[in-house]
Amino acid sequence: MLKLEVRTSPSVAMSWLAPVFAVLLTVACGALLFLFLGKSPIAGLAAFFWEPISNLQGWTEVGVKVAPLLLIAVGLAICFRANVFNIGAEGQLVLGAIAGSWVALHLNESSQGGALMIALSLGAGMLGGMLWAAITALLRDRFNTNEILVSLMLVYVAQLLLSYLVHGILMDPEGANFPQSKLLDDGFLLPILVSGTRLHLGIVLAALASGLAWLFLSRSFSGFKLQVGGMAPLAARYAGFSSRKSLWTSMMICGALAGLAGVCEVLGPIGQLTPSVSPGYGFAAIIVAYVGRLHPIGVVFSSFIMALFYIGGELAQSRLGLPNAITGVFQGMLLFALLACDVLIHYRIRRSK
Amino acid sequence: MESSLAPLIAASINAGTPLMLAALGLLINEKSGVINLGAEGMMLIGAVIGFAATVHSGSVPVGFAAAACAGMLLAGFFALLTVWLGTNQYATGLALTMFGAGVSTYIGRPYEGSSLPGGKFAIPGLQDLPFVGTALFKQHPMAYLAMLLCVLVIVFLYRSRAGLVLRAVGESPASAHALGYGVRSIRTYALLFGGLCCGLAGAYMSLVYTPLWSQGMVAGRGWIALALTTFATWRPARVLIGAYLFGGVTIITFYLQGQGVAMSPELLAMAPYLATIIVLVLISRNANWIKLNMPASLGKNFRPS
Repeated sequence: MLKLEVRTSPSVAMSWLAPVFAVLLTVACGALLFLFLGKSPIAGLAAFFWEPISNLQGWTEVGVKVAPLLLIAVGLAICFRANVFNIGAEGQLVLGAIAGSWVALHLNESSQGGALMIALSLGAGMLGGMLWAAITALLRDRFNTNEILVSLMLVYVAQLLLSYLVHGILMDPEGANFPQSKLLDDGFLLPILVSGTRLHLGIVLAALASGLAWLFLSRSFSGFKLQVGGMAPLAARYAGFSSRKSLWTSMMICGALAGLAGVCEVLGPIGQLTPSVSPGYGFAAIIVAYVGRLHPIGVVFSSFIMALFYIGGELAQSRLGLPNAITGVFQGMLLFALLACDVLIHYRIRRSK
Repeated sequence: MESSLAPLIAASINAGTPLMLAALGLLINEKSGVINLGAEGMMLIGAVIGFAATVHSGSVPVGFAAAACAGMLLAGFFALLTVWLGTNQYATGLALTMFGAGVSTYIGRPYEGSSLPGGKFAIPGLQDLPFVGTALFKQHPMAYLAMLLCVLVIVFLYRSRAGLVLRAVGESPASAHALGYGVRSIRTYALLFGGLCCGLAGAYMSLVYTPLWSQGMVAGRGWIALALTTFATWRPARVLIGAYLFGGVTIITFYLQGQGVAMSPELLAMAPYLATIIVLVLISRNANWIKLNMPASLGKNFRPS
């Protein structure tokens, strides 16, 4: 028999190995799942983990998915480190997409675009996301309201608002009543990094966000205060660090990044505002943040894995005839696997006599 | 007015029943000190399993039974991770919700958009009473079972020794452990009950309320049920009232549309979510009141040493 035995101190090595184990465990479970569904596990795993990165085109598509996931996961990592359980990044993303495309569509009436116009639209998207995050922060700050439930309820409200707008004032008047906005002029779209692909500036912004967040958390005093507040609220209070300030800081950073992710989707691969601006990036980013150990650099790797899941789901649909809902199954399995592997940080497995 | 009020009440009860079923299960979880954010996922799985089982067996009770088993299976897995392996309850619950969303979409593919014949139910004799007959006595049997369940939960929690032990586990697991109660086993049973209730709630959505399957059809009701336990300050009777009130909020939007109120369906559909937020604000404003009523060990894992 095997049994779990408490370690005398948490294993540092295991805390970094657990995500690796979790990915391997997910791959193993995935292979079993394919077998169970009557598909070749090798073909299935190849669709998820080899085909997406077997050529340059594939890498750029991975980059397109990494951009929003990484942006949001960096914001969530800061929130979760501050012990602010913001699980409504999806809503903040949607509001960013709405605000950014609203401004872009408006500017597009009189302008051909250009760097300034794009910057204005991106700024509007960030403000939109911050505004949505501010509701959650304000209610938690003033009324002690649970941020998990409020931020999640606001996701539904944001999605309905988006649907309302693309059926109404933001609908393309010449679009045959399709619920979507006008296509933006090319001058409003984010510059493409590799010509002939969809890889856009968003990935650079995401990398920048990840670097800045690392500086903020590990090199700035306010980043330090924020983390102490998360790990040891009483110690933070004793030291005179304001928990309200870290609530607001983390929520505003996360809102801005999620909003940026939303507007980048509109100005990047989509090119217009549609009701399905995000295939659940805001929720997937929660998993990305945890698998990346809530570390701004760690999430780079985990967002790559998650991007593979997204593309793998699409490939599994075209190659194996499996519905792309399998992406969601993989996402859930990954987080479960991580939580299970995390047990090994505090425990070790021993053979009991 | 009377002619339209009675169907409105009936519809509110119908819409509130899945919320109440789920919230009662979550209430028992939380009374034992465990918060399960996987309610939404368990409801989705319950909805799709219940639907599939009913389609294949042709029997609604079989659908409910299958959904209850599926909910318990998921809750058992959640219990294994949180209660026995000590993982973070919030993160594990979120994983369960995401897993449930993915798996239910996957299982539900062949049934997407298909529907079941809706039945008419009535209690003979009582259904002909003026007003109350229409308002109260034409529900699906499951709606009455849910009311009965609420009574049973009240009796269990406040009139039985087992209920007292459960509450003690939630308030102070260390003391309960010192008295010789198996804290982790008790929490596991509580979680299994929660899974059963959430499975039934999901099946009620897909078998009675709509009755159809479409992906993501639970649409946040699992989360609203979680909010309901706070709203009810962890009292089962208040869960019942709260669930029907929330059902009413959902129904009133349909009603207003039917009355030709010039407002877009999207904005009206926001009502239950906004109502949840408003109610949470009102109830949470007084931090001490929440602290007084909340099970003291809620969200904290216990490891006997």
